[in-house]
Amino acid sequence: MARYFLPRDLHPAAWWVWALGLSVAATRTTNPWLLLMIVAVAGYVVVARRTDAPWAMAFRMYLYLGAVIVCVRVFFRLVFGGAEGSTIILRLPEIPLPAWAAGIRLLGDVSAESLLGGLYDGLRLATMVICLGAANALANPKRLLKAMPPALYEVGTAVIVALSVFPQLAESVLRVRRARKLRGGASGKRVAALHAIIIPVLEDALSRSLQLAASMDSRGYGRAGLVEARARLLTGALMIVGLIGVCVGVYATLDGSTPRFLAAPVLSSGVLVALAGFRLAGRRVRRTRYRPDRWHLPELVVAASGIGVAAVMFVTSTVNPMNLNPSLITLSWPALSWSPLLGVLLGVIPAVLTPLPASPHVPAEKVAA
Amino acid sequence: MIELDHVSFTYHGQTEPVLSDVTLSIGEGELVLFAGQTGAGKSTLLGTINGLVPHFTGGHLEGTVSVDGETTRSRPPREFAHLVGVVGQDPLAGFVTDTVEDELAYGMEQLGLAPQVMRRRVEETLDLLGIAELRGRALRTLSGGQQQRVAIGSVLTTHPKVLVLDEPTSALDPIAAEEVLATLARLVEDLGTTVLMAEHRMERVIPFADRMIYVPGTGGVVDGTPAEVLRDTPIAPPIVQLGRLAGWDPLPMSVRDARRAAGSLRSSLGSAPSRPVGAGPVLLSSSDVVVRYGPKVAVRAVSLDLCAGSVLAMMGRNGSGKSSLLWALQGSGPRRGGTVRVDDTDPKSLDSARARKLVGMVPQTASDLLYLQTVADECAAADVESGATPGFCSSLLDRLAPGISRSAHPRDLSEGQRLALVLAVQLSAAPRIMLLDEPTRGLDYTAKAALATMITDLAAEGRAVVVATHDVEFVASVADRVVVMAEGEIVSDGPTGEVLGGSPAFATQVAKIMGESWLTVDDVRSALPQVVR
Repeated sequence: MARYFLPRDLHPAAWWVWALGLSVAATRTTNPWLLLMIVAVAGYVVVARRTDAPWAMAFRMYLYLGAVIVCVRVFFRLVFGGAEGSTIILRLPEIPLPAWAAGIRLLGDVSAESLLGGLYDGLRLATMVICLGAANALANPKRLLKAMPPALYEVGTAVIVALSVFPQLAESVLRVRRARKLRGGASGKRVAALHAIIIPVLEDALSRSLQLAASMDSRGYGRAGLVEARARLLTGALMIVGLIGVCVGVYATLDGSTPRFLAAPVLSSGVLVALAGFRLAGRRVRRTRYRPDRWHLPELVVAASGIGVAAVMFVTSTVNPMNLNPSLITLSWPALSWSPLLGVLLGVIPAVLTPLPASPHVPAEKVAA
Repeated sequence: MIELDHVSFTYHGQTEPVLSDVTLSIGEGELVLFAGQTGAGKSTLLGTINGLVPHFTGGHLEGTVSVDGETTRSRPPREFAHLVGVVGQDPLAGFVTDTVEDELAYGMEQLGLAPQVMRRRVEETLDLLGIAELRGRALRTLSGGQQQRVAIGSVLTTHPKVLVLDEPTSALDPIAAEEVLATLARLVEDLGTTVLMAEHRMERVIPFADRMIYVPGTGGVVDGTPAEVLRDTPIAPPIVQLGRLAGWDPLPMSVRDARRAAGSLRSSLGSAPSRPVGAGPVLLSSSDVVVRYGPKVAVRAVSLDLCAGSVLAMMGRNGSGKSSLLWALQGSGPRRGGTVRVDDTDPKSLDSARARKLVGMVPQTASDLLYLQTVADECAAADVESGATPGFCSSLLDRLAPGISRSAHPRDLSEGQRLALVLAVQLSAAPRIMLLDEPTRGLDYTAKAALATMITDLAAEGRAVVVATHDVEFVASVADRVVVMAEGEIVSDGPTGEVLGGSPAFATQVAKIMGESWLTVDDVRSALPQVVR
């Protein structure tokens, strides 16, 4: 038990599974109580288990974004016609539009039903966004990249390098702009001034990337990648065929009018072929990982709680759909039944049954001295 | 361990070889110091060791280079990762990951070492370099010295037999450089790794170098013990120059050696020369200057006057507020309070084109000011920007650093030449006050001497010059007044002799040997009795 709760960072994928479970649950309902409950659950877990890293602090931004989404949704119902329903609560003068804009209505009567519909809809979308934000706050994005399958190692490295370039670019732009003033740059023509900033910044970036390439080369990057052309061709072909299969399969599954044999069979065989390609590509990699994130019991608990929420929501939606999607025809307080509520509450398990995060993130200002 | 057999190397598109017919044999556990002026071919020579030259740089290599019996001819640099560890000048540019621990493990991951081995080696390396408390930190938040130690650690984890360091301290301030060099000295003693190092702060490495290879720039190399090689190289640390002047044999390699030999010289010298103190009219007066970035105070109510014809050196550790103060005095940096007066105007109240006619400044990364394709274009643009007669900037450049090709690209100039170009561009606006922020960074001895001449000339023309620098020897050779800053305040201010001679932290090598009233080799030379001279 003591070992289970030793502070450590959970596998980032576990948090993503959990968050996706919550957001899938959110797609099944428009009941505002349930949606707010999901947001509360996500927020509680984030507060309980996040570090003080910058990405973890960005959760607040997702909350704001959610609020903006709800407001925009409701506002649009106000502006672009919201007269479906019988309870008109606001009579705005309608702005007549020319004939070619038929089907679009500007202002006019606004009904409570349509406003409520906008609110529910917006709330659902906002909840999904907030769930993704929770995953972002809890899972270190860089560790997630590191947990990619070996076949995608190169892509992961490229992304990590690119991520570290942005702060550097911002820094050099600031520095060069400041230096430009020393040359009296402000009085020059705008295009010339831009030129004077971009050239030194690009030179800086270019020489840095050359240095990085030299450093990576001399530290052995890519030495595991010596495979003969035939093997490379085979893995490439497997991956591409597999991915095409997946695309066709997904399309067919979603579109009811395509022949059924294109759906599940093609999808599953595409996944299989792509996985085989991944495996083959990964097998030839003679690289190892330093302290990889492992998948232990706490990760299973986290993932299971997310999947559990989604599963309960699916089951209840087949039993009693009215609870999950409150009626917009007869206005009433949305009802709430016990089963979906308890289902959503499953999602709060990670706030208790996981070890605390270990990695202390040292903020930059402590170092300046 | 390392064999170079008749190695010649020519860069693509050049006719003259950088290295011609170099034959060297370096044994196990040796520490070899590579010296030479910037651009003489030190980096090229070091690059051949693991095959970055020519596999990465291009060019034509003749002869064979082999490390531990494997030649670089057929195998790319990555195949040498387990044999040769390479550390560059700018640690940050070479980092692949973003935290200390991951960076240390990166090389081992590429070699495919077992996880337990990696774990153990990371711990060992953290302890060896004394960076265990930094393990989880983001690399960008570390200080320069810490970054460079992590960079050294990240190549040590693969247990290379050879460590190649190309000017590992040139981008660091002296305290950080000291940190890194002390770490290296310990590594050499403890691990017995073969270390090849190019270093322009020679004096710090010489005491523990077994061997020195001087690259004069003509293609060949001079090989021998430091004492032999330094006997007649054009670049030499002050200690060696003093030894040559006094005719000591063998040449002293450390302050301790020199001090023991200096007894007779000290007694034969007359009194130390008095250093002239420039005291022209005050050109810039400032009082209670405050600079703050949010809650952080960079400059704490500093008052400073600059006089015509004097060179003021501003010293102090990184982050002590030197740069912030210079930017505030120039007028384009932030200033929260206090007054700055030049000719009864505040440069901050003017637009940047007029402010630079009052106070000129060369920022720390001087190349930020350059953006055109040729030196001639830069000079012409500077004339237009400053409203000077065409050709003025070009004539200034000729006076500062004669012989720079006008068709050259500014990036292709050497560090010192680029600095001269930026200085000429800034002088074309004819300011009477010139501020230089760390101009000595990355300069070799020759370039520093040239810069010293430029600065002395500027002061002789009646300008007030301020130089922010860490380089004590440089300060001793140019400045007549020194200001030391700490935590945004001026902690000491006085004539160079008093400030530098009076404290062991700022004493020059010559002062450590000869006593506090002697700052430079020139001081000693001028006081030597005619007979000895």
